[in-house]
This record gives sequence, structure tokens and C-alpha cells, in this order.
Amino acid sequence: MPLVLNDEQAMLRDSARSFVSEQAPIAYLRRLRDSHDETGFSRDLWKQFAEMGFAGILVPEAHGGLGLGAVEAGVVAEEIGRTLAPTPFLSTAVLAATALTRGGSDGQKAQYLPGIAAGEMIATLAADEGAKHRPAKTALAATRAGNGFRLTGAKTFVLDGHVADLLIVAARTAGIPGDPAGITLFLVRPGAKGLTTERTVMVDSHNAARVDFDDVAVDADAVLGDVDGGYALLEGALNVGRAAVAAELVGVGEEAFTRTLGYLKERKQFGKFIGEFQGLQHRSAHLFSELEVTKAAVLKALQVLDENADGAAQIVSVAKARAGLSAGLAVQEAVQMHGGMGMTDEFDLGLFMKRARVGQELFGDANFHADRLARRNSY
Amino acid sequence: MADLETFRTETRAWLEANCPPDMRTPTEDEDDVVWGGRNPAYKSEGQRLWLERMAAKGWTTPEWPTEYGGGGLSREEAKILAGEMRALGCRSPLSSFGIWMLGPALLKYGNEEQKRRFLPEIVRGEIRWCQGYSEPGSGSDLASLQTKAEDRGDHYLVNGAKIWTSYADKADWIFCLVRTDMAAPKHEGISFLLFDMASPGVSTKPILLISGKSPFCQTFFDDVKVPKEQLVGTLNKGWEIAKYLLTHERNSISSMGGRAHRPVHQVAADSIGLDDRGELADPLLRSDVAHLEIDEIAFELAMERAGDLAKRRQIHPAYSSVLKYYGSELNKRRHEILMSAGGSDSLEWESERSDHGAAARAWLRTKANSIEGGTSEVQLNIVAKRILELPGA
Repeated sequence: MPLVLNDEQAMLRDSARSFVSEQAPIAYLRRLRDSHDETGFSRDLWKQFAEMGFAGILVPEAHGGLGLGAVEAGVVAEEIGRTLAPTPFLSTAVLAATALTRGGSDGQKAQYLPGIAAGEMIATLAADEGAKHRPAKTALAATRAGNGFRLTGAKTFVLDGHVADLLIVAARTAGIPGDPAGITLFLVRPGAKGLTTERTVMVDSHNAARVDFDDVAVDADAVLGDVDGGYALLEGALNVGRAAVAAELVGVGEEAFTRTLGYLKERKQFGKFIGEFQGLQHRSAHLFSELEVTKAAVLKALQVLDENADGAAQIVSVAKARAGLSAGLAVQEAVQMHGGMGMTDEFDLGLFMKRARVGQELFGDANFHADRLARRNSY
Repeated sequence: MADLETFRTETRAWLEANCPPDMRTPTEDEDDVVWGGRNPAYKSEGQRLWLERMAAKGWTTPEWPTEYGGGGLSREEAKILAGEMRALGCRSPLSSFGIWMLGPALLKYGNEEQKRRFLPEIVRGEIRWCQGYSEPGSGSDLASLQTKAEDRGDHYLVNGAKIWTSYADKADWIFCLVRTDMAAPKHEGISFLLFDMASPGVSTKPILLISGKSPFCQTFFDDVKVPKEQLVGTLNKGWEIAKYLLTHERNSISSMGGRAHRPVHQVAADSIGLDDRGELADPLLRSDVAHLEIDEIAFELAMERAGDLAKRRQIHPAYSSVLKYYGSELNKRRHEILMSAGGSDSLEWESERSDHGAAARAWLRTKANSIEGGTSEVQLNIVAKRILELPGA
């Protein structure tokens, strides 16, 4: 398949770009941040996302979604990256929708997917437990009790976890932390007894939470997928999430770079445009090259997820690692080349830097993915 | 799409039946490739057969038109052929500046007679070409070149000297930039000539490099007579051809940054070994290798994407500078890591064990990647000015 968007995908990109830039410009992020908004995003805006089809982009048509693929989800994520809009797109439309679509029983899908597609249900995946993303080290204990399970442990970095109507929780039903086998996914409602949530506003003013489980009881039908065999489902959903974050980071990096190029062409020092100085020209050209190479890897990862999801792990790691590094370079150069203005809150560059940092950490940083690639290649 | 699947099936079967077993192994080093020419040097019968069979199908140049001996494949078919060759581990049958550089320029700028005369020989590897571009006084500032060609009625008389002429001592013909108008501004007095290296007045002198090898020559022209029909394109408009050809040269140099060779992690594992967790027994080197391989995979995709964009005419004409810059720097990094992986073994220069210092010589050779075909700094200048449209100069 050619490494370019087809006509339909390009149209989707154009409509997502105009929608996001009009409805959720950077001013939207600032407004939420400065007003200490309790939700951290606008539910009305998310309804509009749903009306555009974006909330249900990965939800099968039978359940009210568009039934599109990872490439299309990536197209939307990239546009969200350009304006840094806080939305439940990643948590709900990508991670939860993927896990439910792939792992859900008919009943579970019918129960949750239409609400996701309609923009009415916020759902999320609770995977991380420590400061670094290590899904195989899942330790949160789920022990059999009667007809169901009891969950004890803690999750962190749960996107939109403070307002989610549904948590998809990775828990250990067998084996020891580090063991891919013995992990099970559970569907947990936030009102469950013993479950407490602490909103953790992050550096980028996006939304996450720590969630504690103190002997939380769930029924057997809360299991998503197979008992003890949830790791593949977890990884499958995470891979789509990783590629979507990579696409978002492409948007973050490109937008920061575009703004920087504009500045190089208008700011004068020593009687010259600063873009005339070779020191800045070469760094800009290098950064452009990094971003271009990354864009190819990210599009390929999204395509492979749609063609052969089981064979996508390696290219997803390549895409996620590179996107984090390229966006990281883009935002650092953006701040540096804007000089003192880049350090001010008034200019937006700092916001891009903050989002890039969070995106780098989400679902595994470059070192996590380099390690994963090495393991897959037996070294 | 069904047609493409049929093509894939048939291509796979043909490769299975026709690619000799020893052509399904990685090349040992840069001497282990076939360059063809009037006096071809084959290291094995397999090399000869592989070239003959691929050339007969036009698959040494899969996308060139069949009327000039090419394969006539569409881009999608060519990608399938490349993919099937990669899957089977097939070597490239022919290394050729004719394929990488001159051919594309002739297809665009040559007249019909020139195309019919020169292209089929290139496809079959019968004539080995070299490139007469750089001069002792004209490196990064290529357009300042001084080799001159005077109009002598039925021929041009060429005098001057070239440098860094790759394999000039082994080449049969040269494509050469010459100055045909001494008074014009430097970009507007250049023409593009083809001539036989066996012509009276042509001499070459290999240059010994830090690798201990001599892939480059100095080339001297002393009253060389060149028939006028061997001028390509318009007189004094050769700079346009020169630039077009450079983009193809850059593509071929940047492709060295791809993963055509043995993966670095295999070389490192052989040298250093794995620990009891199955990880490379040098954790920091393991990290370097993994990050390199991530970049190599991504870079291959960037080249593929550039081809797909070019096919749709959605690519900036200076984009080859992005790939040339990135690919040559990546290849240098690869060989730094390979040297580190090899440790003291890779420092041996003369032993049989080290295949006469193959690793060290290859490492040193890569240092030219970011110089030849326009330095990395020149590529960055081009990207900054032409693609990013930054101001100045």
C-alpha cells in the first residue's frame, strides 16, 4: 500500500483540521487550564466530536460508529496534536473502543460501544501502575471470590480516569509481575465500593488520574476477553493507542516547527532575519528531516495496524519511539529559536513542549520501545 | 489488485527458479558486487548468471521502458519485485552509475538516438560508466568547474582535469560536465558530454584513501576529441541536467542508509554474545543498536514514502537532499556502532581473520558518504533554502 493518504483519508484530514482549528483552538486549552475546569475538557465539544463521527471512528457501524481504521484515527489524532486540544479521544475513542471491539462479548459491545460512539460515555484503559509504562509487570491483584473477582491495587496515569464512566482495568489473575500470562482485563464502573479516584492534573493541562482499588468486587461478566489471557488484548489496544499518540506527536512537532519557521522569517537581529543565519538554517533543516522520517514510520504503523494488527508490534515501536524523539526535538528547538519569547506563558511554544513531554511518556517512551524492538529481534 | 497478486505470485516463482543460491546471501563487502562493463569481473558463475537472467527481463532497471530494454513495470509492480527479492534475500544483480545516475538523465534529456544507443547497454551491464563532475578547484562549489570543451566544427576538444571520479580506472565511458562558454555566468556555460574513456588523451590516476582502497581517481583530459552527437540536451544548459542527475546520485547514496546489509544486532551478538537473559552482553551498546535499527527501519520507509509521493507529483524537487543527508549520516552512525561492536577484532587491518580489515575499511569508506554527491552541509543548505524557504543567499 502506498505510504500516502488515499483520497477519503485526505478528505477526513481536511475536515478534521478545519473542525479542530475552529472548535478547539489553543484558546480552548488555555480556557480550561485557566478556569481550573473540573472536567478538564468540554463535554459539549466531545458531543460535537461525536457528531463528526470522531468519537466512534473505530467503533463498528453495527454499534453506531464509523467502523474506520487506525489510519483514520491517526489522521484525527494528528490534527488534535496541532491545537493540543484536551479531549477523551485517546482514552475513549481509541483505547477503550479498540479493547471493547476486539475483546468484548456481543452483550458487552452492545452495552458500551453505542454510548462511546455517541459521545455520551467516557471510557478508559487503566494499565500503568508505576512511574514507567510496564504492562507486563501488572501487579494489581484480582482474586476469585464467589462468582466474581475482588480487585486490590493501584493504577496511575489513567487518561480521563477522574470522569470515566467505565474503566478497563488490567489485573493479575495468575503468575507473577513480569509474566505476560496471567493478566485479565476487567470492566469496572467508577461507583464501585472500594474504588477511589484522584485527579492528577498534568504539566500539559490534560487529564489523568490515580485510581485505587481496595477489595473492589466485580462479577464474572465484568471480564473482558479471556481470564489469564488478557495480555494480547491489552497489547493490541495499547498498540493502537501508541500509534495514535505517535500521530498526535507528529501534529505537535509539525505545528511547533511551522510556528518556528514563521518566526525565523520575521524576527530580525543584527539587521538580518534570524533565518538567514546558517546555524539556525542547518538545525531547522535537520529537524525537518527528522520529522519527515518519522512521518513515514507513523503512517506505516497505522497502515500495518489495519492490515495485520498481530504483526504490528515492531513498526508501532519504531513509530512511537521516533515520534517522541522528533516531537521532543521540535519543541526544544521551537523554544530555543524563539529566544526569551519561547519561555513566556503568553507564547504557545511552552504548551507544545509540555504536551510533547507527556506524549513521549504515554504508553512507553523511546527507550521502552527500543528495548521492545531488541527483544523481538532476540538481542 | 488481483493483477498485482498474480504478478507477486509469478515474480516469486521466477525468482525461486532463477536466482542462483549464492546470490541469495548478503554481499561480503563493496568488492563483492557486479559492475559489468566491457571486461566484467565476476567472482562466481552465480553472479554472471544472475545478471544475465535479470537483464533479459529488464529487471536490472524494473521501471525503465521496455523499448530501451527496461522492465516496463509500474511503481506498484516494482515495489512487489523489490519486496520479493528482499524476502528471498536476492542481491541486486548489477551496481551501475549508468542505472543510478546517467539513465534517468538520458530518459529525461537525451534524444531518441541517444536513448536507443546507450540505455540498453546500461540495462545489460555491458558498459560501465563513470561520472566526471568534481574538479580539484570545484568541490561543493561544483558550478565553478573549469574543464573546457571547445567547438572544433564536427567535434568538441576537451581539456582539463576531474577528481573523485569513482572507478574511472575501470570505467568504459564517462558522463562529464564541461564548460562550453567561458564568458557566461558560471551556471550558464556548462554542457553535458558523453565519451569513451578509451579515447586518446584520457588518463586516470587512482587516489589512495584512508580505507587503503582507491575507489576514486583523478582523471585527465588532454585534447580529447568528442563527436558532437554525444552532447546531451542543449549546449550551455548542462547545469539543469547536472542537478537532475545529482538528485539521483543522492538517492543512491542515501539508500546506503537502508538495511540492505546484515542487521547490526546480529554482528554485535556474534562479537559480544548474549547474557543469560538473552540480551546483548553490553547494555549500553544494546541501546545504541536498538535506537539505530529503529532509525534504519524508519529511514527505509521514508525512502518508500518519497517514491510514492514522487509518483503522485506531490514531492518537492529538492527532497532528495533530505534523504541524502539523513541516509549518509545514518550509514556513518551504523559503521561507528559496528566498529564498537567488533571491538579490537574490528581494528585488525591485514589478517585473514578480519578479511584484510574489511570492517575497518568499510567504516572508513562511509566517511565519504556525507561528502560525495554534495556534503551534508550543502544538503542542509538546500533544504533550508529551497524547501523551508528560509531567507538569505
